[in-house]
Amino acid sequence: MNQEEQVQLFGLWGSPFSKRVEMVLKLKGISYEYIEEDVYVKKSDLLLNYNPIHKKVPVLVHEGRSIAESLVIVEYIEDTWKTSYPMLPHDPYERSMARFWAKYVDDKVMLTLWKACWGPESEREKMVEEAYEGLKHLEEELGDKQFFGGETIGFVDIAADFIAYWFGIAQEASGVMIMTVEKFPKLQRWSQNFVGNSIIKEVLPPKQKLMALFKAQFGNNASN
Amino acid sequence: MANNEEDVKLLGFWASPFSGRVKMALKLKGVSYEYLEQDIVNKSALLLELNPVFKKVPVLVHKGQILAESHLILEYIDQTWKNNPILPQDPYEKAMARFWAKFVDEQVGPVCFKSVVKADKGIEVAIEEAQELITFLEKEVAGKDFFGGKTIGFLDLVAGSMIPFCLARGWEGMGIDMIPEEKFPELNRWIRNLNDIEIVRECIPQREKQIEHMMKVAERIKLA
Repeated sequence: MNQEEQVQLFGLWGSPFSKRVEMVLKLKGISYEYIEEDVYVKKSDLLLNYNPIHKKVPVLVHEGRSIAESLVIVEYIEDTWKTSYPMLPHDPYERSMARFWAKYVDDKVMLTLWKACWGPESEREKMVEEAYEGLKHLEEELGDKQFFGGETIGFVDIAADFIAYWFGIAQEASGVMIMTVEKFPKLQRWSQNFVGNSIIKEVLPPKQKLMALFKAQFGNNASN
Repeated sequence: MANNEEDVKLLGFWASPFSGRVKMALKLKGVSYEYLEQDIVNKSALLLELNPVFKKVPVLVHKGQILAESHLILEYIDQTWKNNPILPQDPYEKAMARFWAKFVDEQVGPVCFKSVVKADKGIEVAIEEAQELITFLEKEVAGKDFFGGKTIGFLDLVAGSMIPFCLARGWEGMGIDMIPEEKFPELNRWIRNLNDIEIVRECIPQREKQIEHMMKVAERIKLA
């Protein structure tokens, strides 16, 4: 294969951002070389060269050019490999709405969910309240659809990967229960559909490894 | 008056760079619209109805469809009205425009204003950190009339509304020369180029009013 055509992905095994890109590459059947970057230990020179601005993963390298920011990368993949497994609707308005919900998850919901589990005690109550509000909006948006994308996994589902998988483990590790099946039956059902998908399943990091990571990194802050 | 389905309405705030950039895009494409100035402190029932998730401006209404979040609105406008394209066609160039636009709003905005106002580590450190970020943009626009090349594009609208006509008014009010000519010749040239464009001039807030507004924003930041 022409060296220039190769796709390389710099990622981190446990990162939902990194996994978003892997999920899309696999759904679209695009072959790539994966390079693990343990960014918490040491950032490789290659990574710093490809993403000098944020110095983070994921970074995609294609045709010798690098792209950072997981959802920007996903849209690039969508624009470049047009024929297989479309992630976004064709209609401009529907497309904008998908981007809107993905942004909402990315900018607002993920952070509040995280802080609700492990934020400082003083902020905890407020974060839990905001977490509920965020999840309620998503529960409503999902409605009776199998996925946010409709019958197949789409852009919003990918953006919300943290909610489908990581958040459940985070709740278990921290002892904070927010996304219960009683309060959010649709999101629970969606989570199961998402993680149950044969392609997504292959990509997800092992639960025990994540659990151990969360407990080690945040165990000291967990309330009793 | 008959309610024309094609009618475009824009809910905005005079001092908001996010609203300003949408106005620029609509004018660039020659789209006529009804502008509804919003009180962002005492939010109208209309605003809360149209954007219940974020409760912010700008909000675009077109054919009865409602859109929020300025980047998404710009992309929608670009896809709906095909003249004078805002985003590049090439997937990589498009990804870069999106990446830098995210950088401007998420990093440059907060670091170059909020952090400078708060100056937690002293004003000199704050300015240095701000200029470090701005240097990335200096490199990005080097040798070009605009970020978009020969004509203004997505990043020009985002960075243009944010930096010279919003943040810079704040810096002026604080007596800070954040982007001196000697250090940032390319950006200064870009700003002069922007000022030459009628559409840009028509959509930016009046200078003294904006300085006054940014000083009020600075006060709120200090008190928070």
